[in-house]
Amino acid sequence: MASTILLRTFVGLVLLWLIIPIVIIVPMSFSGARFLAFPPPSWSLRWYEAYLASPAWMQATRVSLIVAVSSAVIATVMGTAAAYALNLASSRLVRSLQLVLMLPLVVPIVITAVGVFLVYANVGLLATMTGLILANVMLGLPYVITSVLVGLRKFDPAQEMVSRSLGMNRLRTFFIVTLPQIRPSVITGLLFAFISALDETVVALFISGGQYQTLTKRMFTALRDEIDPTIAAISTLLTAVSFLVVMLVALNARGERGRA
Amino acid sequence: MSTSSVNPSLAHQRRERRLVLLLLAPALAVVGGLLIVPLCWLAWQSVRQDGGFTLAHYARFLTDDVYWMTFLQTFRMAFIVTAAALILGYPVAYVAAGASRRWSLFILAMVVLPFWTSVLVRAYAWLILLQRRGLVNTALTELGLVDAPLTLVNNEFGTIVATVHILLPFMVLPLYATMQKIPPELTMAGSSLGGTPLHVFLRVFLPLSMPGVVAGMVLVFVLTLGFYITPELLGGGRTYMVSMLVSRNIEVYNEWGAASSISVVLLACVFFIFRLASFVIPFERIMGAR
Repeated sequence: MASTILLRTFVGLVLLWLIIPIVIIVPMSFSGARFLAFPPPSWSLRWYEAYLASPAWMQATRVSLIVAVSSAVIATVMGTAAAYALNLASSRLVRSLQLVLMLPLVVPIVITAVGVFLVYANVGLLATMTGLILANVMLGLPYVITSVLVGLRKFDPAQEMVSRSLGMNRLRTFFIVTLPQIRPSVITGLLFAFISALDETVVALFISGGQYQTLTKRMFTALRDEIDPTIAAISTLLTAVSFLVVMLVALNARGERGRA
Repeated sequence: MSTSSVNPSLAHQRRERRLVLLLLAPALAVVGGLLIVPLCWLAWQSVRQDGGFTLAHYARFLTDDVYWMTFLQTFRMAFIVTAAALILGYPVAYVAAGASRRWSLFILAMVVLPFWTSVLVRAYAWLILLQRRGLVNTALTELGLVDAPLTLVNNEFGTIVATVHILLPFMVLPLYATMQKIPPELTMAGSSLGGTPLHVFLRVFLPLSMPGVVAGMVLVFVLTLGFYITPELLGGGRTYMVSMLVSRNIEVYNEWGAASSISVVLLACVFFIFRLASFVIPFERIMGAR
Protein backbone atom coordinates (compact mmCIF):
# COMPACT_ATOMS: atom_id res chain seq x y z
CA MET A 1 0.00 0.00 0.00
CA ALA A 2 2.87 2.32 0.75
CA SER A 3 4.00 1.95 -2.83
CA THR A 4 0.53 2.92 -4.11
CA ILE A 5 0.59 6.09 -2.01
CA LEU A 6 4.08 6.86 -3.25
CA LEU A 7 3.02 6.34 -6.86
CA ARG A 8 -0.06 8.54 -6.49
CA THR A 9 1.94 11.29 -4.80
CA PHE A 10 4.44 11.21 -7.65
CA VAL A 11 1.66 11.45 -10.25
CA GLY A 12 0.03 14.30 -8.31
CA LEU A 13 3.32 16.19 -8.33
CA VAL A 14 3.79 15.66 -12.07
CA LEU A 15 0.26 16.95 -12.73
CA LEU A 16 0.94 20.00 -10.55
CA TRP A 17 4.15 20.62 -12.46
CA LEU A 18 2.14 20.42 -15.70
CA ILE A 19 -0.53 22.86 -14.56
CA ILE A 20 1.31 25.43 -12.41
CA PRO A 21 3.18 27.21 -15.22
CA ILE A 22 -0.09 27.82 -17.03
CA VAL A 23 -1.91 29.01 -13.93
CA ILE A 24 0.92 31.23 -12.68
CA ILE A 25 0.59 33.59 -15.64
CA VAL A 26 -2.87 34.72 -14.55
CA PRO A 27 -1.88 36.54 -11.31
CA MET A 28 1.23 37.87 -13.05
CA SER A 29 -0.93 39.57 -15.67
CA PHE A 30 -2.84 41.50 -12.97
CA SER A 31 0.35 42.78 -11.38
CA GLY A 32 0.76 46.48 -10.73
CA ALA A 33 4.54 46.29 -10.97
CA ARG A 34 6.84 46.75 -13.92
CA PHE A 35 8.91 43.69 -12.96
CA LEU A 36 7.54 40.18 -12.67
CA ALA A 37 7.57 39.41 -8.95
CA PHE A 38 5.44 36.73 -7.35
CA PRO A 39 3.17 37.34 -5.59
CA PRO A 40 2.68 40.71 -7.29
CA PRO A 41 3.27 43.64 -4.89
CA SER A 42 0.05 45.31 -6.05
CA TRP A 43 -2.84 44.58 -8.39
CA SER A 44 -3.91 46.46 -11.50
CA LEU A 45 -5.29 46.15 -14.99
CA ARG A 46 -2.52 48.25 -16.50
CA TRP A 47 -1.09 45.45 -18.68
CA TYR A 48 -4.49 44.72 -20.17
CA GLU A 49 -4.91 48.43 -20.80
CA ALA A 50 -1.45 48.56 -22.39
CA TYR A 51 -2.42 45.70 -24.66
CA LEU A 52 -5.79 47.14 -25.65
CA ALA A 53 -4.37 50.62 -26.20
CA SER A 54 -1.55 49.50 -28.46
CA PRO A 55 -2.40 49.74 -32.19
CA ALA A 56 0.42 47.29 -32.99
CA TRP A 57 -0.90 44.59 -30.62
CA MET A 58 -4.46 45.18 -31.81
CA GLN A 59 -3.48 44.86 -35.45
CA ALA A 60 -1.56 41.63 -34.69
CA THR A 61 -4.58 40.26 -32.82
CA ARG A 62 -6.85 41.05 -35.74
CA VAL A 63 -4.47 39.32 -38.17
CA SER A 64 -4.21 36.24 -35.92
CA LEU A 65 -7.97 35.93 -35.52
CA ILE A 66 -8.71 36.34 -39.22
CA VAL A 67 -6.00 33.80 -40.10
CA ALA A 68 -7.14 31.30 -37.46
CA VAL A 69 -10.84 31.48 -38.35
CA SER A 70 -10.48 31.41 -42.13
CA SER A 71 -7.75 28.76 -42.23
CA ALA A 72 -9.76 26.56 -39.83
CA VAL A 73 -12.87 26.83 -42.01
CA ILE A 74 -10.97 26.12 -45.25
CA ALA A 75 -9.01 23.25 -43.68
CA THR A 76 -12.26 21.76 -42.39
CA VAL A 77 -13.92 21.81 -45.82
CA MET A 78 -10.85 20.41 -47.60
CA GLY A 79 -10.04 17.95 -44.83
CA THR A 80 -13.59 16.60 -44.59
CA ALA A 81 -13.69 16.05 -48.37
CA ALA A 82 -10.31 14.31 -48.21
CA ALA A 83 -11.30 12.13 -45.24
CA TYR A 84 -14.53 11.13 -47.01
CA ALA A 85 -12.52 10.07 -50.06
CA LEU A 86 -9.93 8.21 -47.97
CA ASN A 87 -12.70 6.32 -46.21
CA LEU A 88 -14.35 5.43 -49.53
CA ALA A 89 -11.29 3.92 -51.16
CA SER A 90 -8.94 1.34 -49.73
CA SER A 91 -6.40 0.88 -52.51
CA ARG A 92 -2.71 1.03 -51.79
CA LEU A 93 -2.34 4.31 -53.66
CA VAL A 94 -4.96 6.01 -51.53
CA ARG A 95 -3.36 4.74 -48.32
CA SER A 96 -0.05 6.27 -49.34
CA LEU A 97 -1.84 9.53 -50.17
CA GLN A 98 -3.11 9.50 -46.60
CA LEU A 99 0.49 9.37 -45.37
CA VAL A 100 1.29 12.34 -47.61
CA LEU A 101 -1.54 14.33 -46.03
CA MET A 102 -0.15 13.54 -42.55
CA LEU A 103 3.28 14.93 -43.49
CA PRO A 104 2.70 18.43 -42.01
CA LEU A 105 2.72 16.77 -38.57
CA VAL A 106 5.87 14.76 -39.25
CA VAL A 107 8.21 17.26 -40.90
CA PRO A 108 10.04 19.37 -38.29
CA ILE A 109 8.29 22.73 -38.18
CA VAL A 110 11.45 24.74 -38.93
CA ILE A 111 11.93 22.85 -42.19
CA THR A 112 8.28 23.42 -43.10
CA ALA A 113 8.76 27.12 -42.37
CA VAL A 114 11.87 27.33 -44.55
CA GLY A 115 10.08 25.49 -47.36
CA VAL A 116 7.02 27.73 -47.26
CA PHE A 117 9.29 30.78 -47.15
CA LEU A 118 11.09 29.52 -50.26
CA VAL A 119 7.82 29.09 -52.18
CA TYR A 120 6.34 32.41 -51.02
CA ALA A 121 9.49 34.36 -51.85
CA ASN A 122 9.10 33.18 -55.44
CA VAL A 123 5.38 33.77 -55.86
CA GLY A 124 5.15 37.00 -53.87
CA LEU A 125 3.12 35.70 -50.93
CA LEU A 126 5.54 36.81 -48.19
CA ALA A 127 3.96 39.12 -45.58
CA THR A 128 0.46 38.65 -46.98
CA MET A 129 -2.78 37.51 -45.40
CA THR A 130 -3.36 34.93 -48.16
CA GLY A 131 0.05 33.42 -47.51
CA LEU A 132 -0.57 33.10 -43.78
CA ILE A 133 -4.00 31.53 -44.30
CA LEU A 134 -2.75 28.99 -46.86
CA ALA A 135 0.16 27.90 -44.67
CA ASN A 136 -2.16 27.37 -41.72
CA VAL A 137 -4.63 25.44 -43.88
CA MET A 138 -1.81 23.01 -44.64
CA LEU A 139 -0.86 22.70 -40.95
CA GLY A 140 -4.49 22.21 -39.89
CA LEU A 141 -5.39 19.53 -42.48
CA PRO A 142 -3.96 16.53 -40.55
CA TYR A 143 -6.05 17.40 -37.47
CA VAL A 144 -9.27 17.63 -39.49
CA ILE A 145 -8.57 14.47 -41.51
CA THR A 146 -7.68 12.39 -38.43
CA SER A 147 -10.74 13.57 -36.54
CA VAL A 148 -13.22 13.14 -39.42
CA LEU A 149 -11.85 9.68 -40.30
CA VAL A 150 -12.60 8.56 -36.74
CA GLY A 151 -16.19 9.78 -37.19
CA LEU A 152 -16.58 8.10 -40.59
CA ARG A 153 -15.33 4.73 -39.29
CA LYS A 154 -18.26 4.70 -36.86
CA PHE A 155 -20.75 5.64 -39.60
CA ASP A 156 -22.62 2.84 -41.35
CA PRO A 157 -22.18 3.33 -45.14
CA ALA A 158 -25.30 1.26 -45.82
CA GLN A 159 -27.31 4.35 -44.91
CA GLU A 160 -25.83 6.21 -47.88
CA MET A 161 -26.73 3.32 -50.12
CA VAL A 162 -30.32 3.36 -48.91
CA SER A 163 -30.60 7.08 -49.48
CA ARG A 164 -29.17 6.82 -52.98
CA SER A 165 -31.35 3.88 -53.91
CA LEU A 166 -34.27 6.11 -52.93
CA GLY A 167 -33.18 8.51 -55.63
CA MET A 168 -31.19 11.14 -53.77
CA ASN A 169 -27.93 12.09 -55.45
CA ARG A 170 -24.55 11.67 -53.81
CA LEU A 171 -24.04 15.31 -52.80
CA ARG A 172 -27.48 15.65 -51.18
CA THR A 173 -27.00 12.28 -49.51
CA PHE A 174 -23.77 13.54 -47.96
CA PHE A 175 -25.32 16.73 -46.62
CA ILE A 176 -28.62 15.22 -45.45
CA VAL A 177 -27.62 11.73 -44.28
CA THR A 178 -23.88 11.58 -43.62
CA LEU A 179 -22.83 15.03 -42.42
CA PRO A 180 -25.34 15.31 -39.55
CA GLN A 181 -24.03 12.03 -38.15
CA ILE A 182 -20.33 12.85 -38.38
CA ARG A 183 -20.85 16.48 -37.30
CA PRO A 184 -19.22 16.13 -33.86
CA SER A 185 -15.95 14.86 -35.35
CA VAL A 186 -16.02 17.59 -38.02
CA ILE A 187 -16.47 20.21 -35.28
CA THR A 188 -13.63 18.69 -33.23
CA GLY A 189 -11.40 18.90 -36.30
CA LEU A 190 -12.43 22.53 -36.87
CA LEU A 191 -11.63 23.49 -33.26
CA PHE A 192 -8.23 21.78 -33.36
CA ALA A 193 -7.39 23.47 -36.66
CA PHE A 194 -8.43 26.82 -35.17
CA ILE A 195 -6.30 26.49 -32.06
CA SER A 196 -3.32 25.18 -34.03
CA ALA A 197 -3.51 28.21 -36.34
CA LEU A 198 -3.97 30.66 -33.46
CA ASP A 199 -0.90 29.29 -31.64
CA GLU A 200 1.29 28.71 -34.68
CA THR A 201 4.56 30.61 -34.25
CA VAL A 202 7.51 29.25 -36.22
CA VAL A 203 6.09 29.46 -39.75
CA ALA A 204 4.71 32.93 -38.95
CA LEU A 205 8.20 34.03 -37.85
CA PHE A 206 9.46 33.27 -41.34
CA ILE A 207 6.59 34.38 -43.57
CA SER A 208 4.65 37.09 -41.77
CA GLY A 209 5.77 40.67 -41.64
CA GLY A 210 4.96 44.32 -42.00
CA GLN A 211 1.30 44.98 -41.52
CA TYR A 212 0.50 41.26 -41.47
CA GLN A 213 2.35 40.08 -38.39
CA THR A 214 0.62 37.52 -36.23
CA LEU A 215 0.16 37.91 -32.48
CA THR A 216 2.57 35.04 -31.80
CA LYS A 217 5.27 36.55 -33.99
CA ARG A 218 5.03 39.85 -32.11
CA MET A 219 5.08 38.03 -28.78
CA PHE A 220 8.13 36.02 -29.78
CA THR A 221 10.04 39.13 -30.89
CA ALA A 222 9.04 40.97 -27.71
CA LEU A 223 10.17 38.03 -25.56
CA ARG A 224 13.60 37.96 -27.14
CA ASP A 225 14.14 41.55 -26.09
CA GLU A 226 12.64 41.73 -22.60
CA ILE A 227 10.05 40.09 -20.40
CA ASP A 228 7.31 42.69 -20.71
CA PRO A 229 4.29 42.01 -18.44
CA THR A 230 2.00 42.93 -21.36
CA ILE A 231 2.88 39.46 -22.65
CA ALA A 232 1.43 38.00 -19.44
CA ALA A 233 -1.90 39.69 -20.17
CA ILE A 234 -1.92 38.42 -23.77
CA SER A 235 -0.85 34.95 -22.61
CA THR A 236 -3.72 34.86 -20.14
CA LEU A 237 -6.16 35.72 -22.91
CA LEU A 238 -4.68 33.10 -25.26
CA THR A 239 -4.84 30.47 -22.52
CA ALA A 240 -8.47 31.40 -21.85
CA VAL A 241 -9.22 30.81 -25.54
CA SER A 242 -7.45 27.42 -25.44
CA PHE A 243 -9.36 26.50 -22.29
CA LEU A 244 -12.64 27.46 -23.94
CA VAL A 245 -11.83 25.39 -27.04
CA VAL A 246 -10.88 22.32 -24.96
CA MET A 247 -14.19 22.69 -23.08
CA LEU A 248 -16.06 22.89 -26.39
CA VAL A 249 -14.29 19.78 -27.66
CA ALA A 250 -15.19 17.93 -24.45
CA LEU A 251 -18.85 19.01 -24.61
CA ASN A 252 -18.93 18.12 -28.28
CA ALA A 253 -17.52 14.63 -27.56
CA ARG A 254 -20.08 14.13 -24.80
CA GLY A 255 -22.89 15.06 -27.21
CA GLU A 256 -21.54 12.51 -29.64
CA ARG A 257 -21.58 9.74 -27.01
CA GLY A 258 -25.06 10.76 -25.89
CA ARG A 259 -26.39 10.21 -29.38
CA ALA A 260 -24.68 6.89 -30.00
CA MET B 1 -14.46 3.84 -74.15
CA SER B 2 -17.02 1.37 -75.39
CA THR B 3 -16.24 -1.17 -72.65
CA SER B 4 -17.57 1.15 -69.99
CA SER B 5 -21.02 1.12 -71.53
CA VAL B 6 -20.89 -2.64 -71.79
CA ASN B 7 -19.63 -3.26 -68.27
CA PRO B 8 -21.55 -1.08 -65.84
CA SER B 9 -19.54 -2.16 -62.78
CA LEU B 10 -16.30 -1.12 -64.45
CA ALA B 11 -17.79 2.25 -65.32
CA HIS B 12 -18.95 2.54 -61.74
CA GLN B 13 -15.48 1.77 -60.42
CA ARG B 14 -13.97 4.36 -62.70
CA ARG B 15 -16.50 6.97 -61.55
CA GLU B 16 -15.77 6.11 -57.93
CA ARG B 17 -12.05 6.51 -58.48
CA ARG B 18 -12.57 9.87 -60.20
CA LEU B 19 -14.69 11.05 -57.27
CA VAL B 20 -12.04 9.97 -54.75
CA LEU B 21 -9.30 11.85 -56.58
CA LEU B 22 -11.51 14.91 -57.04
CA LEU B 23 -12.26 15.07 -53.32
CA LEU B 24 -8.60 14.58 -52.40
CA ALA B 25 -7.32 17.12 -54.94
CA PRO B 26 -7.63 20.38 -52.93
CA ALA B 27 -5.95 18.97 -49.83
CA LEU B 28 -3.23 17.31 -51.89
CA ALA B 29 -2.65 20.54 -53.82
CA VAL B 30 -2.09 22.50 -50.59
CA VAL B 31 0.23 19.91 -49.02
CA GLY B 32 1.95 19.30 -52.35
CA GLY B 33 2.51 22.96 -53.19
CA LEU B 34 3.52 24.13 -49.72
CA LEU B 35 5.39 21.08 -48.43
CA ILE B 36 6.34 18.43 -50.99
CA VAL B 37 7.51 20.85 -53.70
CA PRO B 38 9.64 22.95 -51.32
CA LEU B 39 11.15 19.81 -49.73
CA CYS B 40 12.24 18.61 -53.17
CA TRP B 41 13.49 22.10 -53.89
CA LEU B 42 15.55 22.09 -50.69
CA ALA B 43 17.03 18.71 -51.64
CA TRP B 44 17.94 20.08 -55.08
CA GLN B 45 19.49 23.24 -53.62
CA SER B 46 21.57 21.22 -51.19
CA VAL B 47 23.62 19.75 -54.04
CA ARG B 48 23.90 22.89 -56.18
CA GLN B 49 26.36 25.73 -56.21
CA ASP B 50 27.01 28.34 -58.92
CA GLY B 51 24.91 26.41 -61.38
CA GLY B 52 26.69 23.07 -60.95
CA PHE B 53 26.53 19.90 -58.90
CA THR B 54 28.37 19.93 -55.59
CA LEU B 55 28.65 18.02 -52.34
CA ALA B 56 30.32 20.97 -50.63
CA HIS B 57 27.28 21.64 -48.43
CA TYR B 58 27.39 18.10 -47.10
CA ALA B 59 31.18 18.07 -46.78
CA ARG B 60 30.76 20.77 -44.15
CA PHE B 61 29.33 18.13 -41.81
CA LEU B 62 32.78 16.54 -41.78
CA THR B 63 34.92 19.65 -41.83
CA ASP B 64 33.00 22.26 -39.86
CA ASP B 65 32.83 21.47 -36.13
CA VAL B 66 29.74 23.61 -35.60
CA TYR B 67 27.68 21.30 -37.83
CA TRP B 68 28.24 17.93 -36.26
CA MET B 69 28.49 19.37 -32.76
CA THR B 70 25.07 20.98 -33.20
CA PHE B 71 23.64 17.65 -34.34
CA LEU B 72 25.35 15.93 -31.40
CA GLN B 73 23.91 18.43 -28.93
CA THR B 74 20.46 18.13 -30.50
CA PHE B 75 20.48 14.33 -30.23
CA ARG B 76 21.80 14.54 -26.67
CA MET B 77 18.95 16.89 -25.82
CA ALA B 78 16.43 14.58 -27.53
CA PHE B 79 17.68 11.60 -25.47
CA ILE B 80 17.49 13.52 -22.19
CA VAL B 81 14.04 14.94 -22.93
CA THR B 82 12.69 11.54 -24.05
CA ALA B 83 14.05 9.77 -20.97
CA ALA B 84 12.65 12.44 -18.64
CA ALA B 85 9.26 12.36 -20.38
CA LEU B 86 9.11 8.57 -20.06
CA ILE B 87 10.02 8.62 -16.36
CA LEU B 88 7.42 11.32 -15.63
CA GLY B 89 4.80 10.15 -18.11
CA TYR B 90 4.66 6.40 -17.54
CA PRO B 91 3.38 6.60 -13.95
CA VAL B 92 0.81 9.23 -14.95
CA ALA B 93 -0.58 7.05 -17.75
CA TYR B 94 -0.43 3.97 -15.49
CA VAL B 95 -2.44 5.60 -12.71
CA ALA B 96 -4.90 7.11 -15.22
CA ALA B 97 -5.47 3.74 -16.91
CA GLY B 98 -6.12 2.00 -13.59
CA ALA B 99 -8.22 4.73 -11.95
CA SER B 100 -11.99 5.06 -11.82
CA ARG B 101 -13.63 6.76 -14.80
CA ARG B 102 -13.94 10.10 -13.05
CA TRP B 103 -10.31 10.17 -11.90
CA SER B 104 -8.93 9.06 -15.22
CA LEU B 105 -10.93 11.82 -16.97
CA PHE B 106 -9.54 14.32 -14.46
CA ILE B 107 -5.95 13.18 -15.01
CA LEU B 108 -6.37 13.25 -18.79
CA ALA B 109 -7.87 16.76 -18.62
CA MET B 110 -4.80 17.92 -16.66
CA VAL B 111 -2.62 16.49 -19.43
CA VAL B 112 -4.66 17.72 -22.39
CA LEU B 113 -5.15 21.28 -21.19
CA PRO B 114 -1.45 22.20 -21.37
CA PHE B 115 -1.30 20.28 -24.66
CA TRP B 116 -3.63 22.83 -26.24
CA THR B 117 -2.08 25.86 -24.61
CA SER B 118 0.27 27.86 -26.82
CA VAL B 119 3.88 26.63 -26.77
CA LEU B 120 4.94 30.26 -26.66
CA VAL B 121 2.85 30.90 -23.55
CA ARG B 122 4.36 27.91 -21.79
CA ALA B 123 7.90 28.92 -22.72
CA TYR B 124 7.13 32.38 -21.33
CA ALA B 125 5.77 30.86 -18.12
CA TRP B 126 9.00 28.93 -17.57
CA LEU B 127 10.97 32.08 -18.26
CA ILE B 128 9.07 33.78 -15.43
CA LEU B 129 9.34 30.83 -13.05
CA LEU B 130 13.01 30.10 -13.57
CA GLN B 131 14.51 33.58 -13.90
CA ARG B 132 17.01 34.88 -11.36
CA ARG B 133 14.38 36.48 -9.15
CA GLY B 134 11.62 34.13 -10.27
CA LEU B 135 9.30 32.03 -8.17
CA VAL B 136 11.54 28.96 -7.97
CA ASN B 137 14.62 30.90 -6.86
CA THR B 138 12.60 32.96 -4.36
CA ALA B 139 11.16 29.78 -2.84
CA LEU B 140 14.56 28.08 -2.67
CA THR B 141 16.20 31.10 -1.05
CA GLU B 142 13.42 31.63 1.49
CA LEU B 143 13.44 27.99 2.48
CA GLY B 144 17.18 28.39 3.02
CA LEU B 145 18.03 25.67 0.55
CA VAL B 146 20.39 27.88 -1.42
CA ASP B 147 22.38 30.98 -0.48
CA ALA B 148 22.37 32.71 -3.85
CA PRO B 149 19.85 32.41 -6.70
CA LEU B 150 20.62 29.53 -9.07
CA THR B 151 21.01 30.01 -12.80
CA LEU B 152 18.04 27.97 -13.99
CA VAL B 153 17.33 29.60 -17.30
CA ASN B 154 19.32 30.75 -20.34
CA ASN B 155 21.08 27.40 -20.29
CA GLU B 156 20.47 23.77 -21.15
CA PHE B 157 18.63 23.07 -17.89
CA GLY B 158 15.91 25.65 -18.54
CA THR B 159 15.51 24.44 -22.10
CA ILE B 160 15.12 20.82 -20.97
CA VAL B 161 12.55 21.67 -18.28
CA ALA B 162 10.38 23.65 -20.69
CA THR B 163 10.74 21.14 -23.55
CA VAL B 164 9.77 18.19 -21.33
CA HIS B 165 6.82 20.21 -20.05
CA ILE B 166 5.64 20.94 -23.58
CA LEU B 167 6.16 17.41 -24.93
CA LEU B 168 4.96 15.34 -21.95
CA PRO B 169 1.39 15.01 -23.34
CA PHE B 170 2.84 13.37 -26.48
CA MET B 171 4.22 10.67 -24.16
CA VAL B 172 1.22 10.28 -21.86
CA LEU B 173 -1.53 10.08 -24.50
CA PRO B 174 -0.16 7.12 -26.55
CA LEU B 175 0.84 5.35 -23.30
CA TYR B 176 -2.65 5.76 -21.91
CA ALA B 177 -4.25 4.61 -25.19
CA THR B 178 -2.22 1.39 -25.06
CA MET B 179 -2.55 0.68 -21.32
CA GLN B 180 -6.28 1.20 -21.39
CA LYS B 181 -6.60 -1.74 -23.79
CA ILE B 182 -4.68 -4.15 -21.52
CA PRO B 183 -7.39 -6.43 -20.04
CA PRO B 184 -7.33 -6.25 -16.21
CA GLU B 185 -8.00 -10.02 -16.14
CA LEU B 186 -4.43 -10.60 -17.28
CA THR B 187 -2.84 -8.87 -14.31
CA MET B 188 -5.41 -10.46 -12.00
CA ALA B 189 -4.52 -13.87 -13.39
CA GLY B 190 -0.87 -13.08 -12.74
CA SER B 191 -1.58 -12.23 -9.10
CA SER B 192 -3.82 -15.22 -8.52
CA LEU B 193 -1.02 -17.44 -9.76
CA GLY B 194 1.10 -16.10 -6.93
CA GLY B 195 3.04 -13.28 -8.59
CA THR B 196 4.00 -10.32 -6.41
CA PRO B 197 2.62 -6.99 -7.69
CA LEU B 198 6.07 -5.96 -8.90
CA HIS B 199 6.62 -9.29 -10.60
CA VAL B 200 3.21 -9.14 -12.32
CA PHE B 201 3.91 -5.59 -13.46
CA LEU B 202 7.31 -6.47 -14.90
CA ARG B 203 6.25 -9.72 -16.57
CA VAL B 204 2.71 -8.92 -17.72
CA PHE B 205 1.84 -5.22 -17.76
CA LEU B 206 5.13 -3.68 -18.88
CA PRO B 207 5.61 -5.89 -21.98
CA LEU B 208 1.99 -5.27 -23.03
CA SER B 209 2.46 -1.51 -22.74
CA MET B 210 5.54 -1.50 -24.98
CA PRO B 211 3.76 -0.31 -28.18
CA GLY B 212 2.67 2.81 -26.28
CA VAL B 213 6.18 3.28 -24.91
CA VAL B 214 7.63 3.13 -28.42
CA ALA B 215 4.99 5.47 -29.88
CA GLY B 216 5.48 8.02 -27.09
CA MET B 217 9.26 7.87 -27.25
CA VAL B 218 9.32 8.27 -31.03
CA LEU B 219 6.98 11.27 -30.96
CA VAL B 220 8.87 13.05 -28.17
CA PHE B 221 12.29 12.26 -29.65
CA VAL B 222 11.39 13.42 -33.15
CA LEU B 223 9.64 16.56 -31.93
CA THR B 224 12.64 17.50 -29.78
CA LEU B 225 14.97 17.08 -32.77
CA GLY B 226 13.09 19.86 -34.57
CA PHE B 227 12.27 22.05 -31.56
CA TYR B 228 12.82 25.75 -32.08
CA ILE B 229 10.92 27.97 -29.65
CA THR B 230 12.19 26.76 -26.27
CA PRO B 231 15.91 26.57 -27.13
CA GLU B 232 15.64 29.98 -28.76
CA LEU B 233 13.86 31.64 -25.82
CA LEU B 234 15.26 29.70 -22.85
CA GLY B 235 18.60 28.50 -24.17
CA GLY B 236 20.29 31.88 -23.82
CA GLY B 237 22.49 31.17 -26.84
CA ARG B 238 24.17 28.32 -24.98
CA THR B 239 21.82 25.64 -26.30
CA TYR B 240 22.39 25.55 -30.01
CA MET B 241 20.02 23.18 -31.79
CA VAL B 242 19.73 22.06 -35.41
CA SER B 243 16.59 24.14 -35.95
CA MET B 244 18.51 27.26 -34.92
CA LEU B 245 21.37 26.36 -37.25
CA VAL B 246 18.84 26.23 -40.12
CA SER B 247 17.21 29.54 -39.28
CA ARG B 248 20.53 31.36 -38.66
CA ASN B 249 21.86 30.22 -42.02
CA ILE B 250 18.88 31.82 -43.69
CA GLU B 251 18.13 34.87 -41.57
CA VAL B 252 21.68 35.94 -40.77
CA TYR B 253 23.97 34.50 -43.44
CA ASN B 254 21.51 34.00 -46.31
CA GLU B 255 23.24 30.65 -46.91
CA TRP B 256 20.58 28.60 -48.67
CA GLY B 257 22.87 25.75 -49.64
CA ALA B 258 23.93 25.22 -46.03
CA ALA B 259 20.39 25.54 -44.68
CA SER B 260 19.15 23.07 -47.30
CA SER B 261 21.73 20.39 -46.54
CA ILE B 262 21.07 20.67 -42.78
CA SER B 263 17.32 20.38 -43.43
CA VAL B 264 17.81 17.31 -45.61
CA VAL B 265 19.96 15.58 -42.98
CA LEU B 266 17.51 16.43 -40.17
CA LEU B 267 14.58 15.21 -42.27
CA ALA B 268 16.45 11.99 -43.09
CA CYS B 269 17.02 11.41 -39.35
CA VAL B 270 13.32 11.93 -38.63
CA PHE B 271 12.16 9.57 -41.40
CA PHE B 272 14.74 6.97 -40.38
CA ILE B 273 13.46 6.99 -36.78
CA PHE B 274 9.84 6.62 -37.94
CA ARG B 275 10.92 3.78 -40.23
CA LEU B 276 12.69 1.99 -37.37
CA ALA B 277 9.68 2.43 -35.11
CA SER B 278 7.31 1.13 -37.79
CA PHE B 279 8.83 -2.34 -37.30
CA VAL B 280 7.36 -2.31 -33.80
CA ILE B 281 4.20 -0.25 -34.30
CA PRO B 282 2.59 0.91 -37.56
CA PHE B 283 3.01 4.57 -38.47
CA GLU B 284 -0.75 5.17 -38.46
CA ARG B 285 -0.94 4.06 -34.86
CA ILE B 286 1.88 6.35 -33.77
CA MET B 287 0.10 9.32 -35.30
CA GLY B 288 -3.40 8.10 -34.43
CA ALA B 289 -2.47 7.70 -30.78
CA ARG B 290 -2.22 11.43 -30.45
